[in-house]
Amino acid sequence: MAYVAVKGGEKAIDAAHRLLAKERRGDTAVPELTLDQISQQLALSVDRVMTEGSIYDRDLAALAIKQARGDLVEAIFLLRAYRATLPRLAESEPIDTSRMRARRRISAIFKDVPGGQMLGGTFDYTHRLLDFSLAAAGLTDPDTTQDITAASADQALPRILGIMGDEGLIQAERRDAAAPPPDLTREPLEFPASRATRLQNLARGDEGFLLALGYSTQRGYGRNHPFAGEIRIGEVEVVIEPAELGFAISIGDITVTECETVNQFTGSKHEPAQFTRGYGLSFGEAERKAMAMALVDRALRATELGEDVTAPAQDEEFVLYHSDNVEASGFVQHLKLPHYVDFQSELNIVRKIRADMENNLEAPRQEVLA
Amino acid sequence: MNAISKLTATDAPLLSVRGIGKRFGNRMACRDVSFDLWPGEVLAIVGESGAGKTTLLRNLCGDQVPDEGHVLFARRDGSISDVYAIPEPERRILMRTDWGIIHQNPRDGLRYGVSAGANVGERLMAVGARNYADIRRTAASWLQRLEIDVARMDELPIAFSGGMQQRLQIARNLVTQPRLVFMDEPTGGLDVSVQAKLLDLLRSLVGELGLAAIIVTHDLAVARLLADRLMVMQGGRAVELGLTDQVLDDPQHPYTQLLVSSVLQI
Amino acid sequence: MTAGYNFAYLDEQTKRMIRRAILKAVAIPGYQVPFGSREMPLPYGWGTGGIQVTASIIGSHDVLKVIDQGADDTTNAVSIRRFFANTAGVETTTRTTDATIIQTRHRIPETPLHADQIIVFQVPIPEPLRWLEPRESETRQMHAYADYAVMHVKLYEDIARYGHIATTYDYPVIVNGRYLMRPSPIPKFDNPKMDMNPALMLFGAGREKRIYAVPPYTSVKSLDFEDHPFTIESWDTSCALCGATDAFLDEVITDDRGGKMFVCSDSDHCAERSVKNHKDGQEKAA
Repeated sequence: MAYVAVKGGEKAIDAAHRLLAKERRGDTAVPELTLDQISQQLALSVDRVMTEGSIYDRDLAALAIKQARGDLVEAIFLLRAYRATLPRLAESEPIDTSRMRARRRISAIFKDVPGGQMLGGTFDYTHRLLDFSLAAAGLTDPDTTQDITAASADQALPRILGIMGDEGLIQAERRDAAAPPPDLTREPLEFPASRATRLQNLARGDEGFLLALGYSTQRGYGRNHPFAGEIRIGEVEVVIEPAELGFAISIGDITVTECETVNQFTGSKHEPAQFTRGYGLSFGEAERKAMAMALVDRALRATELGEDVTAPAQDEEFVLYHSDNVEASGFVQHLKLPHYVDFQSELNIVRKIRADMENNLEAPRQEVLA
Repeated sequence: MNAISKLTATDAPLLSVRGIGKRFGNRMACRDVSFDLWPGEVLAIVGESGAGKTTLLRNLCGDQVPDEGHVLFARRDGSISDVYAIPEPERRILMRTDWGIIHQNPRDGLRYGVSAGANVGERLMAVGARNYADIRRTAASWLQRLEIDVARMDELPIAFSGGMQQRLQIARNLVTQPRLVFMDEPTGGLDVSVQAKLLDLLRSLVGELGLAAIIVTHDLAVARLLADRLMVMQGGRAVELGLTDQVLDDPQHPYTQLLVSSVLQI
Repeated sequence: MTAGYNFAYLDEQTKRMIRRAILKAVAIPGYQVPFGSREMPLPYGWGTGGIQVTASIIGSHDVLKVIDQGADDTTNAVSIRRFFANTAGVETTTRTTDATIIQTRHRIPETPLHADQIIVFQVPIPEPLRWLEPRESETRQMHAYADYAVMHVKLYEDIARYGHIATTYDYPVIVNGRYLMRPSPIPKFDNPKMDMNPALMLFGAGREKRIYAVPPYTSVKSLDFEDHPFTIESWDTSCALCGATDAFLDEVITDDRGGKMFVCSDSDHCAERSVKNHKDGQEKAA
């Protein structure tokens, strides 16, 4: 068989793209997904993609999910690539979650708190039994599902950790007013990383990775004795102050989930004991992500708090370098690219070493004493 | 007091320690320690656990930076360097050529991922040795001197016994012929008979090579065997300093008296 | 050209930032310069560093060649070449001699480069000490102090264990007598090409966010021992298509009974030689 150098790479790629589009659509007898359907009924997927894609736009996230055939990491990648081309119009003021109109607000450290424990719509107390009524062709009955409204706090709820702080029970969050917050989408990550840098990295980080790390701290790998101090979900205003106006204006609301943990206290004979804290924030209702983030944030504060770094979750470089699923996915999957030139070199040396052995070349052990 | 002057090695001590102090939080782990060490002299630092011996050693050998005081070292060319004032690259080279640092646990002083030969050859490669056969020959000769079977030079350290790993650590440090060696409980964690063998070896090496050494030990017998002078530490301070035999046979400070009298006579 | 995107995709501010990093890299040969790598429409690990470098230096008059494993028509080379054709509208070529910019993964072309050319390497892991020391904070210090003993220890260990230095690609080099550098996963066969090369060599690592460079006519020496000098790969056979005996050859399995043949990895070089052989053959016959 005469060898013909492999050609046709371009045609193969075109065909692969067309096949992908076909598979994405699936059976044409089945109605096509709309972005509204995804945004409404797969809302938590949209929340995750917005959070890790670092853009708050439900429609874009829904589009990315549709285009990615439901692969959320792929959808996150689409949003990130899109984001990289967007112009920067303004920087907002930090959102003020103290003024959140909360739809859900709970605390595990006190039985009751000012403003009450608001459950909101949560999976927490459901029994994980498959509900086959959701599979029925007639779809769910609007009359039974729609006759409840979400509570919404009509006034700002006081921060539970703020109340503790007033009593001096918990370390205050320090604000580094001098330095503007760093932007990992513009500058490379450098070490040691500031807390602001770490928090940005974690906010964009893969939920699964942070979940596993947070879990590991609970199991003893850098245990910091966490409690869920407060979790709140609701709408906050985004405020900018354009130079032309000279005063602040609200440009809209976004939904965020905030988690503050209360952790192992520090102190000594000479310094009064205080609890320490961790912080997590996500777009939409990504509660598991916010909690995992808070656990890892606290673990990464080990050095700052004078604790021994013994566990992966406390290892700044390990956590921050590997948290980005777009980077991770790219590099892991790049192994599919041809590596046959390098492999050829490896084949060469293995054959050479084996040939040497067969030809009974003296092993270098004998060179020792000249 | 930053004296950088040209004095010959016999005029100046090899190491001059002045007022070393180190703080952890509110506690002074060691304070106000001063002494001189002459070329070829062995000084033992003794005292019970928590006395500050290891902290002191770490603040002399470049492992930590003292909060108070100076350490002056006489270089081979006769000049004097303030160890914590010279630039980091210079200090690192000093620590890896003219000094040796022997840790109590060989795990802290060896590379476990590479062979015994590579461990010993590393310092040579760090200062520019580029001939494989020469590096190997030099490494082999040092392994022999430390009574390690040369036929095992390609094995990983984990394959060696505790005593052998310790000797490997020593060989790794001596290959650049340092003039000063810091040792932290070099025989700690070893069997009594293995300890004895190692001490004998250390004693003859120190004599042959004219090494100066600072040895931290809680074991007065080790001090008696190896050291010319003895410094006793209690609560972070040096409470007595003198010739080994004098201090052990005629202790002046009440704490030294207590230490000496506590030692079991077998 | 795709509407709605800037020339070569990146915005001008980003290109400027990258060019500043490149200038710094050229001024310190072999030193890894951190830069604010952007997310690109191709995944990390698939050449985003090389793409960002190329996007920052390419102009409308440039002629671009893109290769992967030495060949122009491997899937990723096609994808990247198309990316620039779409976003920059530049002329592309498969001929090494005609290109002004060559973006490459894992090979340096066999055809010698000239002084008007820039070659851009795609780099997965920029740090040569990474497998010996995982911490970035440590490796930065090691470079600052030129403390490279640990790399020589690794080479010593290879010889003790295998009789040879076992590294065969991405083989570490000393650039300009100072910085230890990874040339990217090119086979060691290609290392000698870097020494005193008239072209500018740029290296981009997108995911790791580092750029480094070897300016024209710079010394690039592969690490070795005096008595175990650096050597390159060789084959007992020549290219089955063009007969080359001094090119890097790919092994091609032809049947399931162990049959194989060897062909040039550099598709352009092989094609040129084949054409020339054909012409020579015709002249001889005539």
